[in-house]
Amino acid sequence: MNKAWKGKLLRVDLTEGTCKVEALNEEWANDFIGGRGLGSKYFTEEVSPEVEPMSPENNLIMATGPLTGTYGAANGRYMVITKSPLTGTIACSNSGGYFPSELKYAGFDMIIFEGKSEHPVYLQIRDGKAELVGAVHLWGMSTNDTEDAILSEFHGDAKVASIGLAGEVGVHFAGIINDKHRAAGRSGVGMVMGSKNLKAVAVRGTGGVKIANPKAYREAALDTYATLKENPVTGEGLPALGTAVLVNVMNQNGGLPTRNAQSGTFEAAEDISGEALVSGELRRIKSCMGCIISCGRVTKITDPRYVGEGEGPEYETLWALGAACGISDMPAIIKANYYCNEYGMDPITLGSTIGCAMEMFEKGIISEEEIGMSLNFGDGDAMVKLTEMTGKGEGFGKKIGLGSYRLADSYGVPELSMSVKKLEFPAYDPRHVQGMGLGYATSNRGACHVRGYINSAETLGLPEKLDPEATEGKAGVLKVFQDYTAAIDSAGVCLFTTFAMGIPQLANFCNAANGTDLNDAGILEIGDRIYNLERMFNLKAGIDPSQDKLPKRMLEEPLPDGPSKGNVSKLPEMLPDYYEVRGWGSDGIPTEEKLQSLGLA
Amino acid sequence: MQKLIRIEPAKCVGCKTCELACSFKNAGEFAPSRSRIFNEVFVEEAKFITVTCMQCDDPWCEKSCPKNAITKEMASGVVTVDEEKCVGCRTCVSACPFGMIKYVDSTGKADKCDLCKGDTPECVVFCPTQCLTVGEEDKPLRQKMLRFVNTMKDGQMEV
Repeated sequence: MNKAWKGKLLRVDLTEGTCKVEALNEEWANDFIGGRGLGSKYFTEEVSPEVEPMSPENNLIMATGPLTGTYGAANGRYMVITKSPLTGTIACSNSGGYFPSELKYAGFDMIIFEGKSEHPVYLQIRDGKAELVGAVHLWGMSTNDTEDAILSEFHGDAKVASIGLAGEVGVHFAGIINDKHRAAGRSGVGMVMGSKNLKAVAVRGTGGVKIANPKAYREAALDTYATLKENPVTGEGLPALGTAVLVNVMNQNGGLPTRNAQSGTFEAAEDISGEALVSGELRRIKSCMGCIISCGRVTKITDPRYVGEGEGPEYETLWALGAACGISDMPAIIKANYYCNEYGMDPITLGSTIGCAMEMFEKGIISEEEIGMSLNFGDGDAMVKLTEMTGKGEGFGKKIGLGSYRLADSYGVPELSMSVKKLEFPAYDPRHVQGMGLGYATSNRGACHVRGYINSAETLGLPEKLDPEATEGKAGVLKVFQDYTAAIDSAGVCLFTTFAMGIPQLANFCNAANGTDLNDAGILEIGDRIYNLERMFNLKAGIDPSQDKLPKRMLEEPLPDGPSKGNVSKLPEMLPDYYEVRGWGSDGIPTEEKLQSLGLA
Repeated sequence: MQKLIRIEPAKCVGCKTCELACSFKNAGEFAPSRSRIFNEVFVEEAKFITVTCMQCDDPWCEKSCPKNAITKEMASGVVTVDEEKCVGCRTCVSACPFGMIKYVDSTGKADKCDLCKGDTPECVVFCPTQCLTVGEEDKPLRQKMLRFVNTMKDGQMEV
């Protein structure tokens, strides 16, 4: 029977300079679907939780899902799994574009990078064959220039994922950029790639992805496309305004963390909104491979200070480089976003770290002399300058490149870092959206919105409206979001489909693709298995349950403004419930029984 | 009149669903390299371009085929390759100035868009933005002309 998996993985030993093709472990593929789940299974089987993230013993895995490269529901994702140098947790960063599908067309479900090359190299893959080639001439180049150089020297139709300067100079939140504008952004996966002297992966594939039951697959696709088109978020909001549709919404609700989360509303939110982008810099909307949502923004800036063109910004970037820094200067935000793509950095951690530095500057904790310029909230030009310095690893940019936790901690004020497990939280104030706070505290990679987007229910009312300020029942709902997300990531499907697409539709796709007979419960069980696998890795890596927390500001400083004025996060009320619905002990550790039931014991 | 796939580049979002749908239906797998419709993305220029065979009235591929394997069917206007007659000589590939007929290694035959043999073309079925439509009438052309007409109309004063 045909299956949507290619059944092959590529193992690249960078120390030895060898590439070997291996059969994919089918049993694991069934138990973990693919992508995030299967990649994490391979990773945890092969790498010790105690591994030093920047050592050659840390592996870097690029994993597609079985549905990657097909149509039906934005099925064009891949994931990068490694141990994060920023957080020390297991990392899994997810990206779309065209590169992930091309990997499947070239015949591979997954690439495992081991060891460390003596000198810079990049990987060329062409229809089932792979080799490492020298990349000394690419080292130091931006991701844009790297891609252009590889297209001209390797294959004009190749798809490329690469690191920029940030990944080479050790920015702790360096990402891996593919197709110039798409990012496996968070947790510093690009820093690990740089530590291995691996500059890029270039793929050209002329093969295809076969399906077990084509007729059922086509029906599932027509059904899901209709669902996505009819949904107000995937069919209207995201295509029209991009993810930036949320700027005004979160601001009006009082949940837009502003000036390093000192307040929940930003007086100039309108200026950095999706609406402002549409009437200004937006040139057209864009999709990734096989996606009908089109949240991508193709933009151009012609400001006298800043010029350029590219993709983005999206919501988290507008918030991080905007509201989090008190900045309403759209051209500056867009320019810094382009820099993030060119240097290869995560704009969320970058913006949150600059916001943190701005607060430290205004409080007199860091001096103007040390930074080399003044750094007040609202200063877009300073933010752009600092972004460039960070990407190049120059001056005070080196300290920004450590992320907000290490920066604030080095000045004795770790509480000013708006992070959990050293990963900066995104654009939802947990004092307003209580479930998101629980999500930040319990996410396996640190504070993150794409590990369980309960904001969908708390703010957007999908699949049903929950009171954002309520705590009761949030733990159970969050668990479903987290487990479903783990399954979605593993299948190779974009998370944004889940505003509309239900678990039965994902099951239909998986079953038609691979001839399996998963039901809803089976999908969620796989998600639960992945979540527990990641949790166990983190516990063994020394990230104990005391780290399931939020910054003191969220727990002790009430929101000073907006509809949720006076609120703090009620995490302590929700966390015991969460441990219970997860089937973990009251100490936050998965019980032996739980692990056995998931086949993880 | 002949049915054709009508393409409006302004509506394209660069998702390449047309390539996926075409190859899945006609080659039995999701393989853009096997698609008979082609979508190219130029992000820096903010242009997305889709092209496919326009079923020429006087096709270069037909005229060039030494085995008469390519014919333009008069009723539908579709230019098709008869796989029984095709010997895989690639003369048509060389003759078509648009690159819209190609040789497929796995079959050893020439391959091109046949408008899905009378079904609604699969690329049109799956195109999410109606960038692709199918019809006898060139409606996108009519729309373009009407936009121009309306610009003229708006500029007219009462006499």
